[in-house]
Amino acid sequence: MTRKRRRLWILLLCGLGVGSATALTLTAFQDNIVFFRSPSDILAERPAPERSFRLGGLVEAGSVEREQVADGARPSVRFRVTDGANTIPVVYQGVLPDLFREGQGVVTAGRYGLDGTFRATEVLARHDETYMPPEVADALKRSGHWQPEQGAAPPAASWNTLSPPRSPASGS
Amino acid sequence: MIAELGHFALALALVLALAQTILPLLGAELRNGRMMATAAPLALGQCLALASAFLCLMYAYAINDTTVANVVQNSHSAKPMLYKITGTWGNHEGSLILWVMILGICGAAVSTFGRDLPTALRARVLGVLGLISVGFLAFTIRTSNPFQRIWPPAPDGQGLNPILQDIGLAMHPPLLYLGYVGYAVTFAFAIAALIEGRVDAAWGRWVRPWSLAAWSFLTLGIALGSWWAYYELGWGGYWFWDPVENASLLPWLIGTALLHSAIVVEKREALKTWTILLAIIAFGMSLLGTFLVRSGVLNSVHSFANDPERGLFILGLLMFYLAGAFLLFAFRARAMIPTGIFAPVSREGAIVLNNLLVCCITAVVFVGTLWPLFADALFGTKVSVGPPFFNSASFPLVVPLLLAMAAGPLMPWKRAQFMPVVMKLWWVAVIGFAAFFVALLASGQKVLPAVGFAFAAWVIGAAFADIADRTALFRTNLGNAWNRAKGLPRAAWGAAIAHAGIGITAAGIAGMGLAQERLASLAPGQSTTLAGYEWRLEEVRDEVGPNWTARRATITLLRDGAVVRVMRPARRFFPLARQNTTEVAIHTNLIADLYAVIGEEDAASGRAVIRLHYNFLAPWIWLGAGIMALGGGLSLADRRVRVSAPNRATARATTGPRPA
Repeated sequence: MTRKRRRLWILLLCGLGVGSATALTLTAFQDNIVFFRSPSDILAERPAPERSFRLGGLVEAGSVEREQVADGARPSVRFRVTDGANTIPVVYQGVLPDLFREGQGVVTAGRYGLDGTFRATEVLARHDETYMPPEVADALKRSGHWQPEQGAAPPAASWNTLSPPRSPASGS
Repeated sequence: MIAELGHFALALALVLALAQTILPLLGAELRNGRMMATAAPLALGQCLALASAFLCLMYAYAINDTTVANVVQNSHSAKPMLYKITGTWGNHEGSLILWVMILGICGAAVSTFGRDLPTALRARVLGVLGLISVGFLAFTIRTSNPFQRIWPPAPDGQGLNPILQDIGLAMHPPLLYLGYVGYAVTFAFAIAALIEGRVDAAWGRWVRPWSLAAWSFLTLGIALGSWWAYYELGWGGYWFWDPVENASLLPWLIGTALLHSAIVVEKREALKTWTILLAIIAFGMSLLGTFLVRSGVLNSVHSFANDPERGLFILGLLMFYLAGAFLLFAFRARAMIPTGIFAPVSREGAIVLNNLLVCCITAVVFVGTLWPLFADALFGTKVSVGPPFFNSASFPLVVPLLLAMAAGPLMPWKRAQFMPVVMKLWWVAVIGFAAFFVALLASGQKVLPAVGFAFAAWVIGAAFADIADRTALFRTNLGNAWNRAKGLPRAAWGAAIAHAGIGITAAGIAGMGLAQERLASLAPGQSTTLAGYEWRLEEVRDEVGPNWTARRATITLLRDGAVVRVMRPARRFFPLARQNTTEVAIHTNLIADLYAVIGEEDAASGRAVIRLHYNFLAPWIWLGAGIMALGGGLSLADRRVRVSAPNRATARATTGPRPA
């Protein structure tokens, strides 16, 4: 086997590997990219009910309700997510993460039902209470609730005093 | 006073690092022996200065010195002593000091153990390590000085994030950093080789143990991190394909490729350019990991509050080191002439295939991890890439990798044939198929976990077949095989054990595919069933700790009416941080983990939300990683590594010509 042929072999293998990796990535991308939407985005353009996406914003102060359930059934919790301009009701079955709190940033994954409720399959937790997910910060900026030019975001502890104007579309 | 000493030690380390960069590199160019000889003492001095700085910071934490801003922000007097000390590296500034201190220790280790290295090569390696130190020390002193005083002193600290008040913090970051920083050493070797324009077997003999050590530590660090997340966060999962997790997986993957290609350089003097490139990329991935974790550009479940300015600085360092390295690579790579020629079907060929597949997996993980950044910058859309993407894109690449890793070690160097390998492995394949069908029947036709079990059996069986072949276990009597086994190089044992470790981890992952979960709202006295066990909630009561209060549940685990275990999961509340943490109760029998979490309670009805998991084979995931690291350690203890052919190496350094 000459050096030239060996090089050809290796190049061929590399091409095959890189090609299949690209193909795999692209096909997997097609089905598995999850978009991020703020409450205002959802009300502006209603997502298809079968498409799962991430909803982020602040947990509206005083909106968390735990539902009474029968013996052995899965407990569920309802709350509203706001970006300061609009709110979306969310229902979630499961144990909320430790850092879930009213008035703080939250990112949930799930689907938006035809009844106008977001059914979360996952509520993402964080490790640090002062951490604000970048998407949530962005959503707050877009809804005009936080102008970065006017200084840093208010400390997370003071978000619970945030009382957004309730839009009629939120249907709570 | 102690804090000032620490600050001074840090500044001293920066100056020493500068000297360590300039003098040896210049000395090696000018062939000035005295300038080159400064490298080793400077590296030792820098290591001492960094260790002093680290100890000063640790002291400030231990006595809870509230005049130091970093202590005030991250510690509290009521914290147990262990967490005061581990809290030293539980924050950005402290973890950076740990990072550079480990770098300093590595530099000192190269200068101490590297006496046999050619003088010029050693001077250049230490010079490059000094340059890396300079960047990170400048970063620390400029943007993240942990010794900043505040006046007036605060009455007490603000406390450490409760999630970090755990033994996991004592172990996970140092191990992970040992891995990351180990790749700084292989990077330095690669750059030194590029400057010299020469790579030979002696070089490979030096790079291999360092990449092996870095890889073993990184394996342990990642496994510990995953285990920590598993028991501390209480989500019942072990890997979430989160950006911060992927950031540690990327250098591990490239490091795995580097580990294998360095063997080819050492044994066969082939794949030189490729190995150099891998060494550069491995360090780049380590820096990228540091950048992703520290800058907070990606939304991660493991993110802590962070500062974009720091991220920018790290990005600058990343660009500087990588751009410099690639520039050098572009100019000098041509000088690396491969001497070993091999056929596509050979041990070398198998390692090339391993490298190719591992690099493809790395590329997939890399693209998936950074895609949200690109999508935001290019299209202005906020997206996230979750576990389904990584699973479906990497699985088809892992399958051929696991298939090939069984055959590789059984092939001879240079030229191999398929038939002898097939003859040695056919019975392993039979076991693999048997495992598939047994798992399929036992799990109720779950195909993916069954495939996982088949591959796990295949990989473990092949590792055994490798040892059996080398010791001629089936061809001679047992005594003879035993004698051969004793004479086998430790590197051969290490490789087989590490491969078997991969198989055990694969079995654990496949087993987790059969995990069961149950969520129930129970009043005391009520029970629920999961995986053939009855879980009865007895009571939930208050508990008080040094800096927390808790609600602790008592759950009795029964099987066929007999008590198996009393589990006591808790939910702690840290008043200082106003934060809850979950204390999971895990009962393990090494075949499965029984895992219980208590959620919120409803005061009106007295019910508590209980989440229960039955995680089949979960302990094997970390057990396998431990075995991989053990294999790495065994390889490191090989005679070839300890006796690194000093005579040949030094002889060449003094007389050998230096190609430009």
